[in-house]
Amino acid sequence: MTGRPYRSAYGPAQRKEDARFIRGRGTFVDDVQLPGMLHGAILRSPLAHARILSVDPAAAEAHPKVKAVITGETLAARNLAWMPTLSQDVQAVLATDKVRFQGQEVAFVVAEDRYSARDALELINVEYEPLPPVIDAERALDPGAAVIRDDIAGKADNHLFDWAAGDQAATDAAFAGADVVVTQDMLYPRVHPAPLETCGAIADLDEISGKLTMWSTSQAPHAHRTLYSLFLGLPEHKIRVISPDIGGGFGNKAPVYPGYICAIVGSMVTGRPVKWMEDRSENLMSTAFARDYHMHGEIAATRDGTILALRVKALADHGAFNGAAQPTKFPAGFFGMFSGSYDLRAAHCQVTGVYTNKAPGGVAYSCSFRITEAVYLVERMVDLLAGELDMDPAQLRLKNLLRPEQFPHTTPTGWEYDSGDYARTLRVALDAVGYPALRKEQAERRGRGELMGIGISFFTEAVGAGPRKHMDILGLGMADGADLRVHPTGKAVLAVSCQTQGQGHETTFAQIVAEELGLSVDDVEVVHGDTDRTPFGLGTYGSRSTPVSGAAAAVVARKVRERARLVAAAMLEASADDLEWTGGRWQVRGDPAQGKTLAEIAMAAHSSLDLPEGVIGHLDADTVYNPPNLTYPYGAYICVVDVDPGTGVVQVRRFMAVDDCGVRINPMIVEGQIHGGLADGLGMALMQAITFDSDGNCLGGSFMDYLLPTSVECPSWELAETVTPCPHHPIGAKGVGESATVGSPAAVVNAVMDALRPYGVRHADMPLTPANVWSAIQGTPVRTDLAFNGWDGRAGTNECT
Amino acid sequence: MQITVTVNEAAYTREVEPRLLLIHFLRDDLGLTGSHWGCDTSNCGACVVWLDETPVKSCTVLAAMADGHRVRTVEGMGMPGRLDPVQEGFSRCHGLQCGFCTPGMMLTARWLLDHNPDPTPGEIREALSGQVCRCTGYENIVRSVQWAAQYEAAGRDGGPSGGGPGETGHGPTATGVTG
Repeated sequence: MTGRPYRSAYGPAQRKEDARFIRGRGTFVDDVQLPGMLHGAILRSPLAHARILSVDPAAAEAHPKVKAVITGETLAARNLAWMPTLSQDVQAVLATDKVRFQGQEVAFVVAEDRYSARDALELINVEYEPLPPVIDAERALDPGAAVIRDDIAGKADNHLFDWAAGDQAATDAAFAGADVVVTQDMLYPRVHPAPLETCGAIADLDEISGKLTMWSTSQAPHAHRTLYSLFLGLPEHKIRVISPDIGGGFGNKAPVYPGYICAIVGSMVTGRPVKWMEDRSENLMSTAFARDYHMHGEIAATRDGTILALRVKALADHGAFNGAAQPTKFPAGFFGMFSGSYDLRAAHCQVTGVYTNKAPGGVAYSCSFRITEAVYLVERMVDLLAGELDMDPAQLRLKNLLRPEQFPHTTPTGWEYDSGDYARTLRVALDAVGYPALRKEQAERRGRGELMGIGISFFTEAVGAGPRKHMDILGLGMADGADLRVHPTGKAVLAVSCQTQGQGHETTFAQIVAEELGLSVDDVEVVHGDTDRTPFGLGTYGSRSTPVSGAAAAVVARKVRERARLVAAAMLEASADDLEWTGGRWQVRGDPAQGKTLAEIAMAAHSSLDLPEGVIGHLDADTVYNPPNLTYPYGAYICVVDVDPGTGVVQVRRFMAVDDCGVRINPMIVEGQIHGGLADGLGMALMQAITFDSDGNCLGGSFMDYLLPTSVECPSWELAETVTPCPHHPIGAKGVGESATVGSPAAVVNAVMDALRPYGVRHADMPLTPANVWSAIQGTPVRTDLAFNGWDGRAGTNECT
Repeated sequence: MQITVTVNEAAYTREVEPRLLLIHFLRDDLGLTGSHWGCDTSNCGACVVWLDETPVKSCTVLAAMADGHRVRTVEGMGMPGRLDPVQEGFSRCHGLQCGFCTPGMMLTARWLLDHNPDPTPGEIREALSGQVCRCTGYENIVRSVQWAAQYEAAGRDGGPSGGGPGETGHGPTATGVTG
């Protein structure tokens, strides 16, 4: 019963993953070379909306290195031309009737090498008849607008859905009795997650066994397997989806893309493995985008600054197919969280979704299913209200934030926030950043004509989707499994359904098991990303890994521990009831000399020891975790900017982020996740946007045009924390992966608007590029979703430069 | 056409198409998959390798242009059994998450420290500004490079005081601390 002194496994452990990555020994999809492997490439539409008159692959087929050309017709013959999306819509795998966005998939070439596959694309002759494109979402429902989805029987407009939440009558009544009402239109522009590794796959269909092995950049390998089975008609036990190392996901790798299906069909047709890796332009132009939310917000308050109610109307541009990856019952995602962190009497929102001739998506990019949009809206509205009331925005928030005694708190739109001490977290942020001194400095600088701004954002997230009763994707409940094997020598292997794209699961989940079982982190191996080796579950997105799979890991470890208790009792010849788990082992209560470590118990459990009733042998266990509720991490962010009035250039001088994500298993990894999310938020606020010209040409199709923040735009992030454990999570964790992306854009925009107050600027839409800021200073804010004049007469982004 | 390129001290002679990009030559022809392809337009830097003594974006260099030259990739960093301090710094300071940008970042950082052994955070950010990381927000990358600089400075001043790269190479532990 000897052993090292007990020490918690939680803490800033170096990551197990790093050993391979720092040596260049990771295995990303494009690193995999299979014997006889062929390469695929996709021919894409140059037009946003056009009827396909003919597709002639003959010249491409004649290319000496081409093995197959697959067209929409080829797929239609197999009933595979249209595939289900994750939002109960269908999407063309390869277009048969029309193309509906620029970059849409039209044909697939399979060739001996990647260069030849690309060459052959040039040889495919496609005849198009151009149709008028619908680009401005605000005109998608105009009478006479071209009907994009005429593939849907009886479809006569571009309407997708209407959805509402909250009590409209109570909200209207609160507004009627309010002293102050502030309204504002705002856009959360179309952005793209742009993971550094693009999407891709290798499909290998073994003709003899009938087994499909699918290497792919998937955040949800099990869900993809089920979808392949249902769509392709392959039996599910004959499909193995492997997601090896993934070069970032951020939501971009949750959906199934046409290229994956094409690779599979390519392997069916040629009998050989087929690799398809998209290039950067394909990634930006055709895979899941995010946001594109046009919001009209109203906030009602008393003159003394008590917020009464919020009312929102939103127009959601979902592109040409509804490919939003979100729980089925939530067509607007979790936008219903828009009442934010405040104690409101009432709230109501109404969202209308529309089709446009743009790439499909909507929910992707670290958004927690649209809480980004919700937080941005409410935090902008609160700042606008502060301006109207001439109140300090920090004071207005402190006055209205939910109080600790109000938890658990059911919001006006029905979300049950589990825990929080919001004001404390905001005060920590205000103290840490030196808020009063900053305001003083700002006043002095304003006196000198300098534009300094201080922006606050307070956010509440809802992550860890989710309770099976309410949440499913394609009918698959959002519960996740975990298997834990303990070998005779006490080394453990945890298999989980979620999949890491850089989050460090191999380390964090090993820490969870190690903590529960008194093991060394090095003695726990985490297996993930391979459907043949892991239990079913919905995957990694929506910050759900630690809330769901992390919980499963703790629960399954506790099952092992309880079984070990019975074995330990037999070993110690004591009653199991007399044992206590302390110091990472089972010992006789009050007698530290009588104890057994898990390694000792594991060996006994595999031995010929007479085991007590109820223990067959071994310690292995499995579980499925069905979350009782979402988890609700929150935080207070403060951004300090300097704006050059002559050029509109925004420099983020400081950014203070105080996150409360409950218990932190590995604080180093948590902080890294926050850093990354802050950079994303800064990017969205200041530079990232995918815009379109009036013909539907995508103007964000490369990193030359779609600007991402680099090391010089980002400040040195300042972090602090509060810890309010989640009351219903086995280890009190809440998830953190998307918090910073959700919370930070509003802080940056609030800071820039604060800086522009001397010019009387109330609002300008993201991204606050120098040109857009300069336009706002001139009193002519632009539409940042368009590169042409909108129907309302406002100039598009590129019109003002 | 036939080219001979010395990659990480080993000479490789291959028949290639004139249009073949260096990144594809390294990855597909030589199987050195540590260098990654990310954007095609020289913006992201996932493909950074050294061509002779200079970091280049190998997605915009033809393999033919490397004929007769030396290339250094992440696989050539450090020595057998001993990591480059930059590699060690990235692991210790959590300078990577998904690991896709990491090889390129480390190779540029190595070049920086060879030319400026004691860079300021601003100089580190400037040096890495042609490369994109989507995960870390750059903060811990800067700290990683600082860690390596400090480790190497300690070595020059009479030997590291401990905590540096081990002779037996890297092995993650549960007790490592952030930088």
